[in-house]
Amino acid sequence: MTDKQLKITINGREVVCGKEDTILQAAQKAGVRIPTLCNDNRLEPYGGCRLCIVEVKGVNRPLPACTTPVTQNMEVRTDNDTITRVRKTLISLLLSNHPNDCMRCEKTGDCGLQDLSYEYGVDGKRFEGEMWDLPIREDNPFITYEPNKCILCGRCVRICNEIVMAGTIDLVGRGFNSMPDTAFRKPRSLDNCEFCGQCVSTCPTGALTDRKGRGKGRSYEMKKVKTTCSYCGTGCNFYLNVRNNKVIKVTSAYDAPVNQGNLCIKGRYGYDFIHSPERIKTPLIKKGGSFHEAGWDEALDLIANKFKELVDKHGPEKVGGFSSSRCTNEENYLLSKWVRCAIGSNNVDNCARV
Amino acid sequence: MAGLATSLGAGAATNSLSQMPDIDTLFLFGSNPTEAHPIVSFWLKAALRNGAKLIVGDPRKTWMARRADVWLNLKPGSNIAMMNGLVNVILQNGWENKEFIAKRTEGFEELKAKVQEYDLERVEKLTGVSRDNIIEAARLFSHADKAMIVYGLGVTEHQTGTENAMAIANLALVCGHLGRPSTGIMALRGQNNVQGASDLGPLPATLPGYQPVSDAKSREKFEKAWGVKISPKPGLKSVEMLDECRRGNFKGLFILGEDPAQTDPDLHHVWKALESVEFLVVQDIFHTETTRFAHVILPGASFAEKDGTFTNGERRVQRVRKAIEPLSGMAEWQVISRLSTLMGYPMNYTHPAEIMDEIAGLVPIYGGISYGRLNNGGIQWPCPTKDHPGTTTLYTDLFSRPGGLAKFMALDHKGSAEVPDKTYPYVLITGRIREHYNNGSMTGRVPGIMELVPEELLEMSPEDAKALNIKNGDRVKVASKRGEIKVKVKVTDRSQPGNVFLTFHHRNALSNLLTSEFRDPITGTPEYKSCAVTIEKQG
Repeated sequence: MTDKQLKITINGREVVCGKEDTILQAAQKAGVRIPTLCNDNRLEPYGGCRLCIVEVKGVNRPLPACTTPVTQNMEVRTDNDTITRVRKTLISLLLSNHPNDCMRCEKTGDCGLQDLSYEYGVDGKRFEGEMWDLPIREDNPFITYEPNKCILCGRCVRICNEIVMAGTIDLVGRGFNSMPDTAFRKPRSLDNCEFCGQCVSTCPTGALTDRKGRGKGRSYEMKKVKTTCSYCGTGCNFYLNVRNNKVIKVTSAYDAPVNQGNLCIKGRYGYDFIHSPERIKTPLIKKGGSFHEAGWDEALDLIANKFKELVDKHGPEKVGGFSSSRCTNEENYLLSKWVRCAIGSNNVDNCARV
Repeated sequence: MAGLATSLGAGAATNSLSQMPDIDTLFLFGSNPTEAHPIVSFWLKAALRNGAKLIVGDPRKTWMARRADVWLNLKPGSNIAMMNGLVNVILQNGWENKEFIAKRTEGFEELKAKVQEYDLERVEKLTGVSRDNIIEAARLFSHADKAMIVYGLGVTEHQTGTENAMAIANLALVCGHLGRPSTGIMALRGQNNVQGASDLGPLPATLPGYQPVSDAKSREKFEKAWGVKISPKPGLKSVEMLDECRRGNFKGLFILGEDPAQTDPDLHHVWKALESVEFLVVQDIFHTETTRFAHVILPGASFAEKDGTFTNGERRVQRVRKAIEPLSGMAEWQVISRLSTLMGYPMNYTHPAEIMDEIAGLVPIYGGISYGRLNNGGIQWPCPTKDHPGTTTLYTDLFSRPGGLAKFMALDHKGSAEVPDKTYPYVLITGRIREHYNNGSMTGRVPGIMELVPEELLEMSPEDAKALNIKNGDRVKVASKRGEIKVKVKVTDRSQPGNVFLTFHHRNALSNLLTSEFRDPITGTPEYKSCAVTIEKQG
């Protein structure tokens, strides 16, 4: 243990944690799960949903784990009958103003609220009363907003203001009518939004979803392939969500060292080009001023013969290649090797300089 | 990148993105990360939230410039004068890090003598920045504990690009702001794998891993591994190959995933070159301006269709994983292998992992890298051995120059090659916006993005717009000595009077018809960031 650490016990188990950790952070590091809906590790502690309440020895009321700092020798229990009862009530209250239409909700299978309702065996019937009945908002190309499904955890608002610092949305209105929205409830446009979809990625329910992926498959039906973005040189990671050999959408990889789940408009929404009908799908050979489709064998034979002929006739110094900053390391290495070995010159360069 | 390589040893960013939140003073120079590198901007915004001081050097009033403690609104092309001026203020006030200069650098006396020529009065005149701002920036930067310079293409895309980067290194070195976490120089790269493409050998003078072809020992190593004789004569840079094409001296060219006919400057020249070459093969995922000139077009595979690695701007080698089969049946690495085999030099790779293993054996900075090690967030080079964890901060002990010392470079202000005159009174700066990427071949096929940003817009200051009687949305003709385009105008105070801004994302308004042929003589990087244009309102 260093002087920046201290010791607490969680559910009877001794845990060494950072001096400035919250109980929730200490528990996460120790692999102990505490339920929460308003927490996102990229954001400041908020204490909104109260689901992360825990029992701390010597304190006669439950404390929210996400906003309570650890102290030396603190004894924490993350579960007991009282805590479970309170959590059930909290979930019931959330469901009392929620459509509870999971069967057709885009978020089913990937929804924090659905998972906790299932885990705690709670339905929406305990508290009946007034419910929101607001229309779905699809006023922009990328982000669908179903206010009825919002649980007011504030994650969308906080990520927009704390991480992106775009200030697109905030909690608007008072009391029962407060909800995340843009200034003056204007449609999202480039005047007020960057379309990074950070709000969508952090939303624990179906309130904010990616418009382009709606209806195209449940989260659990997608093959998720972790990869590196092909736009700028930052090198963000994300998951390509694939179904039937088609990229349906992009979701965040929260453990990525470069971007921690954060993405921009291009990374999150710029994938349509992959399946564009304008993709070149076969080799094309120019004959008489226009291009004609050809097979790989025909095209590669032609290229190989022509390059060999040019090298023989004019020497390797008259032939070369440009490599690509958009291709992989392996491909850049191979192109350099090809020019040096198969052609025999050093006439190889890349577009890094332009 | 050649600039940092000369001053410090390696042409790469010295630190890591995740160190940014702990910066005390951030000096953002010629970079607009909220548009061009949004996720880098998130890290920098975290530093600002933690109370970091911010100095921004940029002719445009960017998001960051609006929030800066000091905005150095320098004239395009005056980077060296700016840096020399800052160093001079630091030395005059005794704010330099004497111990660091003595122990870890060489060439200080030459630098000192040179920057003395850049007194405040002269620098004020050359850069247009007020002396108070110069002094305050010098004070903030030199007094910080952890200070980082983050620079972008606004530094390198000038005829003095390499020297601009050296001038930045000078500033960091006099303050001793290198070789510690959150303290160093980060260069932000434009395209996704600029770093990797430079690291792995498609360069005319160096073999993979920056090993010079002129060096017999390096050649010998590769000759042994590759089983061929390697020419000791450096090849031609891309721009030189195009020049030779234009003269009818260059016969065969293979262009992999690049679009010089849209993204190179002075396009009429480029088009002439591509018309003149006897045999041109272009491999790309879409038809581009360049494929028009090809004799054979080969289909490329998108990043979703192949395995491989990219190296990001903090030297992190990360996996690219195949999500779907290549639409055309083959990825580029397979195509190059087959082509090479057909030409009599067999390449028999069954998976890109084997290529990386070969790279690891030949390129010392990638020596410890293999696919098995890249599953948890990648590795930052240099990673010389299989048990090396990678390097988050460069130069903690020594610089990678001979002798381990960094070198001060005494530099003179040269300015832009083309400056405004009576006929062409405005400076055109080109760059990027957040929504689009490069030649637009990818983002232009994203319907939602095209709905938001369907066309090119010329950014112009309210003052200039008023003088020309131009309103938001009016159409104008923009012309330089080389060409002209027609675009709509966006009036914004992001542009300062006298400067206008275009991107190069749209095929229907090719801004590189306007940009100049002038280049950095060392790297060949074109001067995209500054040329002279005239603007005429269209009826």
